[in-house]
Amino acid sequence: MTGGYGTGADILHDCTVAVNKGEIAVIVGPNGAGKSTAMKAIFGMLTMRSGQVSIDGEDITNLSPQDRVAKGMAFVPQNQNIFTSLSVEENLEMGAFLREDDISETMHQVFDLFPILKERRKQAAGELSGGQRQQVAVGRALMTQPKVLMLDEPTAGVSPIVMDELFDRIIDVAKTGISILMVEQNARQALEIADKGYVLVQGENRFTDTGSNLLSDPEVRKSFLGG
Amino acid sequence: MDILHALIVLANFIIVPAIAYGSQLALGALGITLVVGVLRFSNFAHGETMAFGTMIVILMTWLFTAIGLSIYPLPTALLALPFGIIGCIAIVLLTDKFVYKFYRKAKSTPVVLVMASLGVTFIMNGLIRFIIGPGDQRFADGARFIIKARDFKTMTGFKEGLAIKVTQSITLVTAIIVVAALFWFLNKTRTGKSMRAYSDNEDLALLSGINPERVVMITWIIVAILATVAGTLYGLDKTFKPFTYFQLLLPMFAAAVVGGLGNPVGAIVGGFIIAFSEISFTYAYKKVFTYLLPADWAPTSLVQLLSTDYKFAVSFSILVLVLLFRPTGLFKGQST
Repeated sequence: MTGGYGTGADILHDCTVAVNKGEIAVIVGPNGAGKSTAMKAIFGMLTMRSGQVSIDGEDITNLSPQDRVAKGMAFVPQNQNIFTSLSVEENLEMGAFLREDDISETMHQVFDLFPILKERRKQAAGELSGGQRQQVAVGRALMTQPKVLMLDEPTAGVSPIVMDELFDRIIDVAKTGISILMVEQNARQALEIADKGYVLVQGENRFTDTGSNLLSDPEVRKSFLGG
Repeated sequence: MDILHALIVLANFIIVPAIAYGSQLALGALGITLVVGVLRFSNFAHGETMAFGTMIVILMTWLFTAIGLSIYPLPTALLALPFGIIGCIAIVLLTDKFVYKFYRKAKSTPVVLVMASLGVTFIMNGLIRFIIGPGDQRFADGARFIIKARDFKTMTGFKEGLAIKVTQSITLVTAIIVVAALFWFLNKTRTGKSMRAYSDNEDLALLSGINPERVVMITWIIVAILATVAGTLYGLDKTFKPFTYFQLLLPMFAAAVVGGLGNPVGAIVGGFIIAFSEISFTYAYKKVFTYLLPADWAPTSLVQLLSTDYKFAVSFSILVLVLLFRPTGLFKGQST
C-alpha cells in the first residue's frame, strides 16, 4: 500500500500488513511511523495511490468504509469510539445497525465476553471507566459479526492491570475465529500475544515476523523495545 | 381566605397562561434543539417554519369552515393540522434539498449554515406574507372556555375567578402527546436511536453503517411536525401574525440554550423557564399584594417589574446570563 491523507504527501510507502483467520497481528513502531495511517488505509479512510486491500481473497480496494463494514471488517478507532450519551445496550444495537436479522444472540456472545457490560447495559456508555469504554467499543465492533477486527491502540490511556485484562479479552475474541489486526503503543505486551508482528518505520515495513521472534530479535529489542 | 384568593389570582394570570405558553415554546425549542443536535447549526428559519405550517393550517381551516366541516366544541384547526404538517414537511424537505444539502456536502462550518438559514428566513417570510398577508388572522373557532371566570366564582364562592380557555387545555394535552411520542421514538425505535447516535458521534455512526442522509431527512420531518404543532397551538391561543412568529425565535432559542442545545429534555424545561419568567416579570402584582398584605399596606402602584413591552428583554437577559455563566445550559448540551 502507498498513500496519504487527501492530496497530501504519501505517508505509507509500499507497506504490507496481513492477518490470517483467528490470528492476532500487531503493528508496532515509533511515533509517526504510520501505524494508525496503515489501519486507516486498510479501512478505506485514505487516498491510496497504489496497492490493494482484500478480504477473503476479494479485492475491496475501491469500497467505502461503510461497504467494507458490510464485507466483514470492523474498526475501533482510537478516540471517540463509543456513543457516550447512549446506553451500553444501545451502543451494541447501533453497532449492528446494518444487520437485518436477530441480533440478540450476538449480543449474548458480547455479554459473555465482557460480563461487566451486561451489568452496566442500561448505563450511559460515557459514564463508564476507560477500560470499560474500550470493552464497549470492541463490543460494538463485534456486533456486525466481522471477519476482521481492527483495533487502533485499544489500551491507550488505561491502567496496566486493565491493559492485561483487555489483552486477555482480545485473545478470547481471536479464539472465536475472528482475525485481529491492532496497532499498539505497548509493544512488548502486544507482541507477546501476537501471532504476527509488523514493525513499521516511516511508513515502511522494517521487520516482519512472529511476535515471539520479534521479541527475541536483538535488533528489534535494541531499537524499539528499549533493550 | 385572602391567601387563597391571591393564589387564584396568580393561577389565573400567571400559572395557567405560562403553562400554555411554556408548552408552545417547548415544542418550538425542541425543533431548534433537534436541528442543532443532528444538523449542527442554529436554524434561524424555525420561526418561519412554524409560521408556514400554521399558515397552511389556517388556509385548510377556512376551507373546512366554508364547506361546513366542524368538530365543535374543538377548533376546526385540529382537523386541518395534519394537512399543515404535510405542507410543512414538504417545504422543509425542499429547502434542505436546494439549500442546506449543498453546504452539508461542502462540509461548511456551522456559521455558514446559520447564515444560509437566515436567507431561508427572509424568503419564507416573503412567501408567507405573499400568500396570507402580514396581518392578524384569528382562526380559533369552537368553544372558548372550559371554565369561565364568572362560573368559577359562582361554583366555588370565591371572589376571584379562574378561567381556563379551551385552547390552553388543548395546548397542554397536545404538547404532552407530541412530547411523549417524540421521546418514545428517540429512545425505543431503531431509527430514533440512530438519530441520537448520529447526533452523539457522527464518524462512529458512519462506521456503524448509519445513513446520514436518512437521519437528516427524518430529523427534518420531525422538526416540521413539531413546528407546525407549536405554531398552530400558539396561533389558536393568541392570533396568527407572521411577524410575531419571527419574534418567537428569541424566546425559543433562549429556551433551547437554557436547557442545553441538542438536549430534548433541556428544551422542554427551558421552554417553561422562559415562559414563567416572561410572564411573572411582566405581571402587575397589585391585586395579589392587596390580598396578602394588611388593608392599609395595600400598594397604590401596579407593582409591575417590567412593562409587557419588555418581555423579550426577559428572555434575552436569561439567554445572556446562561451563555455567560453556563454556556452548555442546565442539562448537558453543546456549548454555542
